[in-house]
Amino acid sequence: MVPLRTPLRSWTHIPRRFYSGAPTPAAKLNLPIDYKTTPILHHTSSSLANTQDFPAGATSKRLNFFQAINSALKTALSKSEKVLLFGEDVAFGGVFRCSMDLQTEFGSDRVFNTPLTEQGIAGFAIGCAVEGMKPVAEIQFADYVFPAFDQIVNEAAKFRYREGGTGINAGGLVIRMPCGAVGHGALYHSQSPESLFAHIPGVRVVMPRSPAQAKGLLLASIFEHNDPVVFMEPKILYRAAVEHVPNEYYTIPLSKAEVIKPGKDLTVISYGQPLYMCSAAISAIEQAMPGVNVELIDLRTIYPWDRQTVIESVKKTGRAVVVHESMVNYGVGAEVAATLQENAFLRLEAPVKRVAGWSTHTGLSYEQFILPDVARIFDGIKQTLEY
Amino acid sequence: MLFRTAARQAAPLRRHAFTPLTRRTVTTDAASANVETPVPQEDEKPFTVRLSDESFETYELDPPSYTLETSKKEMKQMYYDMVAMRRMEMAADRLYKEKKIRGFCHLSTGQEAVAVGIEHAITRMDKVITAYRCHGFAMMRGGTVKSIIGELLGRREGIAYGKGGSMHMFAENFYGGNGIVGAQVPVGAGLAFAQQYNEQPNTSIVLYGDGASNQGQVFEAFNMAKLWNLPVLFGCENNKYGMGTSASRSSALTEYYKRGQYIPGLKVNGMDVLATKAAVQYSKNYAINGNGPLVLEYVTYRYGGHSMSDPGTTYRSREEIQRMRSTNDPIAGLKQKMLEWGVTSEEELKALDKTARSKVDAEVAEAEAMAAPENNSRILFEDIYVRGSEPKWMRGRTVDETFYY
Repeated sequence: MVPLRTPLRSWTHIPRRFYSGAPTPAAKLNLPIDYKTTPILHHTSSSLANTQDFPAGATSKRLNFFQAINSALKTALSKSEKVLLFGEDVAFGGVFRCSMDLQTEFGSDRVFNTPLTEQGIAGFAIGCAVEGMKPVAEIQFADYVFPAFDQIVNEAAKFRYREGGTGINAGGLVIRMPCGAVGHGALYHSQSPESLFAHIPGVRVVMPRSPAQAKGLLLASIFEHNDPVVFMEPKILYRAAVEHVPNEYYTIPLSKAEVIKPGKDLTVISYGQPLYMCSAAISAIEQAMPGVNVELIDLRTIYPWDRQTVIESVKKTGRAVVVHESMVNYGVGAEVAATLQENAFLRLEAPVKRVAGWSTHTGLSYEQFILPDVARIFDGIKQTLEY
Repeated sequence: MLFRTAARQAAPLRRHAFTPLTRRTVTTDAASANVETPVPQEDEKPFTVRLSDESFETYELDPPSYTLETSKKEMKQMYYDMVAMRRMEMAADRLYKEKKIRGFCHLSTGQEAVAVGIEHAITRMDKVITAYRCHGFAMMRGGTVKSIIGELLGRREGIAYGKGGSMHMFAENFYGGNGIVGAQVPVGAGLAFAQQYNEQPNTSIVLYGDGASNQGQVFEAFNMAKLWNLPVLFGCENNKYGMGTSASRSSALTEYYKRGQYIPGLKVNGMDVLATKAAVQYSKNYAINGNGPLVLEYVTYRYGGHSMSDPGTTYRSREEIQRMRSTNDPIAGLKQKMLEWGVTSEEELKALDKTARSKVDAEVAEAEAMAAPENNSRILFEDIYVRGSEPKWMRGRTVDETFYY
């Protein structure tokens, strides 16, 4: 790009900053997330029992994220004969093992492979859904969903708007897709396109943060709504996140955010995998700045989202930082920030900060520079507190 | 269970899905050609090879000639290329298992005759575009082994400066390396349109797999290509499995060369490098003489899994893989013919093997020795502009991160 203005600094003084690679405080902050101790997950069954949303007195089992998805799908397929599961290679378990053994148990009439035809998969699923089925369609990676974009935006999302009083809807349709970066996915296995779908009235966009959340949200998506749901699963969590998950059927309401950790000085709003980094950054900042108490909110449903919980929280704390992995430009953070300035303007003590992925594609060797990390979140919180 | 019965009746197609329908009527014998006259002494003197009657099948098209002119020199080069390609893929396999290559990696072991046969039938001015199983094509288009392995390792000396990785390799007149299934096919039609518009006597070779052939955009590309009579050779590399699903379980018509409907088709034994060359040579002439597009089907087989995370044995039997390896291997097939026809002596062939192996190994070692990119701003800001054409400075993520070249 051609610079419009010469920078104010003189050419002789060349500032050099060496990013997160140099030995900065970031080196201490950007430790690998310890999924065994993070407060985000239910490490014991008793911590699960004390939480709302979960059935009281339920038995539970430690499952990782893909096992929880598997358990939810199994529960759904047993609960209703109208539930179908299909996608590329789902018959032998899917690339991430989410549909393991389901074809054996429920038969190839209900769990089956499709050709590699994303647009077809989405359209086919919509057709099933409007006939009263509850199709769970898998797109193998969120990066592959774009051929299906037309079907989702123009057919699924607009169904209820144009049904002409027939009452037909595409409810029960859930399009599942693994999303997000794992560190070496490069251009076509790292994307997180939630904000593209969140622009479209008529679809619900959900991204769970943990195994127990995933099961409840997936079951709610299948059984409790007359809107189609785009259900995004952060694939880095499939094996990494392990927690106690209730064995039986339960749902977690869509479009309802959750305050994971209450606080009084600042609100961090996030969803999906970055919540683990937010949690680490918050404990670091609370250690570094004694007396500070930060609230952490998981949006859970990205669209239509729970404005009330977020606005109330920020009215209380006066400061907000929005964190997400996908690119910052036109991202979820922009929507949250705009909503907050509209609804909590007089209570804001600082501009709403966005900490998100940079606006670029994901090169093979450079993923760690693009995504938000604990140090950047820490920095964002600190700047907002000190504004 | 009324509902279940209804569901069965409503999906009649699936009843077929479990009776194998795949017809692969051309032979996959890699050693099915013959010579009628003795092979000349001279290395470069052409001689005629008679291909097997089962090398081709056609759809609305006169079959290509069942004879092919080649030379000892060319056959040796084909052999060398296939051996080197396999050696490179084996090295990639090893480096992946050693966790030096990360991410996604799709190997073409078993499919060498397709890439090599195509390259020997076209010129460097023809264009090639393929999907993610692209290492061999990148090599045939002029990519060095070290630049390809370097790319897989994410090194700055890689063919895409380490920023692309396995699926995203480009070279002169080679348009990748495309990660999205089927997305390269309409792009390939565009390449051919440019060739036609610029009146170049060249063709575009557009490759996709049997899995990708069910993508809607493939058919959109077919229509445009025929409508505008583009010199494009669509080519389905049918290796029998789209990821973990066999062709007959994913495709209503597994005769992929007939998928163009209004576009003539040609199915070829893709395990035989000579038949592949003959088919592509014929097709190229057909296309550049104003006859428009063709849909080819290269009948081939991948020995490994779909990607590194697929052992490749859950959806097919070990016996099937073993049978293809031991009886239809493209390298072994060509080797057998070369010895039988006296194209080369056993010693010369061994020497050729050895050269290929040691050259590839040396380049792999060189790639392995390349330094990982350092975490500094000089490297981070590299390649935003073509090297050497950078502006004085670039704004970074924030104003204070401005980088001065």
